[in-house]
Amino acid sequence: MQLTFNGHAYDVLPGESVLDAMARHGVGIPASCRAGSCQACIVRSVIGDPGPEARRGLKPTWRAAGYFLACLARPSSDLTVALAGEQASTRARLVSAQPIGPGVLRVRLRPERPMEYQPGQHVAVTREGGIARVYSIVSLPDESARTGIELHVRVYPGGAMSGWLASAPAGSPLTLGAPAGECFYLPGSAAGPLLLAGTGTGIAPLVAIARAALAHRHPGPVALIHGASAPDGLYLGTGCPAVLADQAARTAQRQRPTDGHPLSWRTCLRSDGGDIADVVTAELAGLACDPGTVRAYLCGGARSVARMRRALFLAGLSLADIYADRFVPAGC
Amino acid sequence: MTQEVSLYERLGGSLAIRSVTEAFYRKVLADGLLAPYFDDMDMDRQVAKQASFLTMVLGGPAEYTGRELRAAHAKMTDLDDKHFDAVLGHLAATLREFGAGHADVSAVAAVAASVRDDVLNR
Repeated sequence: MQLTFNGHAYDVLPGESVLDAMARHGVGIPASCRAGSCQACIVRSVIGDPGPEARRGLKPTWRAAGYFLACLARPSSDLTVALAGEQASTRARLVSAQPIGPGVLRVRLRPERPMEYQPGQHVAVTREGGIARVYSIVSLPDESARTGIELHVRVYPGGAMSGWLASAPAGSPLTLGAPAGECFYLPGSAAGPLLLAGTGTGIAPLVAIARAALAHRHPGPVALIHGASAPDGLYLGTGCPAVLADQAARTAQRQRPTDGHPLSWRTCLRSDGGDIADVVTAELAGLACDPGTVRAYLCGGARSVARMRRALFLAGLSLADIYADRFVPAGC
Repeated sequence: MTQEVSLYERLGGSLAIRSVTEAFYRKVLADGLLAPYFDDMDMDRQVAKQASFLTMVLGGPAEYTGRELRAAHAKMTDLDDKHFDAVLGHLAATLREFGAGHADVSAVAAVAASVRDDVLNR
């Protein structure tokens, strides 16, 4: 068997794991338990299939992205692999940055070549001076191809990136990293309810995931919850965003009348005494289903995400069915 | 006659341990006596540790030693028998939910009891 990595080809002995083969050839990759538990040796298959055993314990979205564990992979055919963290950069130009709501910009970027990604993933954006920030992609791939990649950017006072975006001229050059993240819709996966909850600009990737789910005619209820500490934070408004309602209507038109699956949209304000973890738990209860069938996507501030995750776990969701994307401000 | 196949294997081995661990951890987190000890902890790390503990008491490939349990609980100086008994109770209840019979639950309780002094740092 042949293993290709970084442009070099290495032989793999029969029954040898990818990790052992690389070590034998003096190629070091992060590894620890060497038994499939710690996931330190996670790598990505670019060409070839490492086999299902190599993906043991990995979430379905990671598997779909080609990730596998080098210590468990004993390939029976040639493989080309890349490190999980390897980023291919794409140059892009700023198209526009306009306020979409209080303190949030709708930013459009045009990459020099089309980028493949799953709605809900995020991308590192680097501007001149080496300032880099990570943002979730809001637009669906066909929209990105037409009008550029859309991001929702919270403006921080003195923000090195957000402040620059607010006033940079159209055409300003940027670099984009490879889209990454485990929060995206998996077509063809189990038909249970989807629960998507986010705070602040965390709602942006969730709207993209919900739209992708509806476009794939997800056969189950789709429930979204947007939380904020104050009314300004509900920058998409208190009612269901048009882009989402339109997608739901298009989906409903293509379905048989008996297929109707509700889309629900709720908001939660801490200034009104609301707690998004409580709203999420109540929404789950309202679905009146086996919690083990629910998949949840959580995006936003780390503390809120952690509390929602814990609340959903206690209510009966498996941790493996909770996809979380924690937004951590860069300290500007 | 001794049991040839461990309860670990009869429950489904490493694949099933995930569900058993989550069910056990849910009970522990819902217990007001025990929950405060888990407040600051990363849930994934905790579930991984619980899975190792369960693997050990269920007779699976031993990944956890008494010494590690001692070190893990060393800073919790106010732990006493009532905490340990509460955890044992949740363990037994979880196993019964997954269909373990009386003899199995007793056998597991005996293994768990053997690490009481390690956990309570006695």
